[in-house]
Amino acid sequence: MTLLDFARGPALQAALIIFVLGAVWRIVGALTAPWRLVPANPREGALSPAVAALKGVFVKMWPHKPFQQAGLFTFVNGYVFHFGLAIVVLLFTPHILFIKGLTGLNWPGLPSNLIYMVAVITGASLIAGLVHRLRSPVLQLISRNDDYLSWLLTFLPVVTGLLATSHLGARYETLLALHILSICAFLIWFPFGKLMHAFLFVFSRGMTGVRMGQRGAEL
Amino acid sequence: MQRSQTLGEILDSRGVSRRAFLKYASYVSALMALPAGSAAAMAEGLAAARRQSVIWLSFQECTGCTESLTRSFSPTLESLIFDFISLDYHHTLQAASGEAAEKARETAMAENKGKYIVVVDGAVSTKDGGLYSTIAGVANVDMLRASVKDALAVIAVGTCAAFGGIPKARPNPTGAAPVDEIVTDKPVINIPGCPPIPEAMAGVISYLVSFGKLPELDDLRRPKAFFGETIHDRCYRRPFYERGLFADGFDDAGARQGYCLYKVGCKGPVTYNSCATLKWNGGVSFPIQSGHGCLGCSEPDFWDQGGFYRPLSTSLRDLGPALAGAAVAGAALGAGAAWASRRHQAAYVKEQAASEGGKK
Repeated sequence: MTLLDFARGPALQAALIIFVLGAVWRIVGALTAPWRLVPANPREGALSPAVAALKGVFVKMWPHKPFQQAGLFTFVNGYVFHFGLAIVVLLFTPHILFIKGLTGLNWPGLPSNLIYMVAVITGASLIAGLVHRLRSPVLQLISRNDDYLSWLLTFLPVVTGLLATSHLGARYETLLALHILSICAFLIWFPFGKLMHAFLFVFSRGMTGVRMGQRGAEL
Repeated sequence: MQRSQTLGEILDSRGVSRRAFLKYASYVSALMALPAGSAAAMAEGLAAARRQSVIWLSFQECTGCTESLTRSFSPTLESLIFDFISLDYHHTLQAASGEAAEKARETAMAENKGKYIVVVDGAVSTKDGGLYSTIAGVANVDMLRASVKDALAVIAVGTCAAFGGIPKARPNPTGAAPVDEIVTDKPVINIPGCPPIPEAMAGVISYLVSFGKLPELDDLRRPKAFFGETIHDRCYRRPFYERGLFADGFDDAGARQGYCLYKVGCKGPVTYNSCATLKWNGGVSFPIQSGHGCLGCSEPDFWDQGGFYRPLSTSLRDLGPALAGAAVAGAALGAGAAWASRRHQAAYVKEQAASEGGKK
């Protein structure tokens, strides 16, 4: 069995099973867990839980005015690599074919050269984010191994994907195998670390909105 | 034709001009990307060489490799190779049969000890002593071992000989193995393909005869001159891949426009061969040009890659049931965790209430 066969075969299968099992476990666990709301009546004029939840999700997508100056890089850079990752993952034809193979869903992709450009920007943005984290004393204090591992496992598929498409450093099939294996590592870690925020951020922000709304805080 | 004659003398007696001979040497040198001066060196080497004794062993195969070599569009080129070699044993091409044929092989081996080349097409059956494929009552594996004992080198022609090919495909009932798993003490050159490109076979044999050494090989023992680049790298449809223009089927608008065949399972990106440059039938076409994706036939285990029409970026396995099971298990675990949490919380509240009641 070649490295590519291993990557496309048992490695990918095991990684996807762990990913689905772990992600569903955490989502179902979060949704069916008891709501720990403050055992008090809502403040007069408080938002309804549904509106508060929606506001919590969407209003937090951009920082409040007092924080805009200080947090500008974090927000802009965060959007750059998140949108970059979304474009690369969802609009590169080989990736679409991979998703189609799993779900049957299909949609048109973007030209490969455009994807390469977006991937380079995404990689640069991820590096910038890491440098920012390492240079900020506050961020260093609140960073854990989970943060660095999650960063690494996000960065590796981007780099190996770029190397594979550029045929740089090794034979294409080796680079493709490494790219798939890096995705396997990403998928395995995803449900158990901070990468899970991709699914859970909606619930956590919504829940925060509900709690804040109940107290009558401005969202 | 006397064996003592040099190739130059033989070709001269056949009316092959020096100009034609040099053209052939230049062509082969160019095919193998040899340095500029190599054409003359190859011509001189070939002219001075004696006819190379070749024993061609056909094992678990379909004769497609021999057909490829002998029935190519430009027979003058490949027939020239038969002037360079003395094909002392070949099931399909030899006139002798039965004991006489086997005698010819043994005589050639004895007369050219340490100098003859063994060409093998077909995989070698190894299971149960190799009894699933025999010639004249001798198992292929035993005939191979006996034949290569005093050989100069071994050329495994075709994917079956080079990597096991279709006979080795799951479940491999005959224990089919590639030649280099059996022959470990002789130089082995693999020229895979189903079938291999005739020019690749002719080029390697010409190189061996003229220079008396092996051409540069890759990690799978394939000549880099013919297997140094992927089909995808040299494919004329590559620009469509870069532009994101793909055929979704074999009869859709994309297919009619000649778009890239990646989506319909083309294995060109991971297949090392010269089909896209040398092409077939005298340079007329190759599979992708004819509208079908590359099958990856010159790569190991190409038959077991999950299907010819499965795109390269997809999983080799059908994951649906496994992922559905994982989702159900995950949901059960999540619900179980939430239930345990609720129970714990209820017990805590009860305990707190009891504690507060006691204080009162």
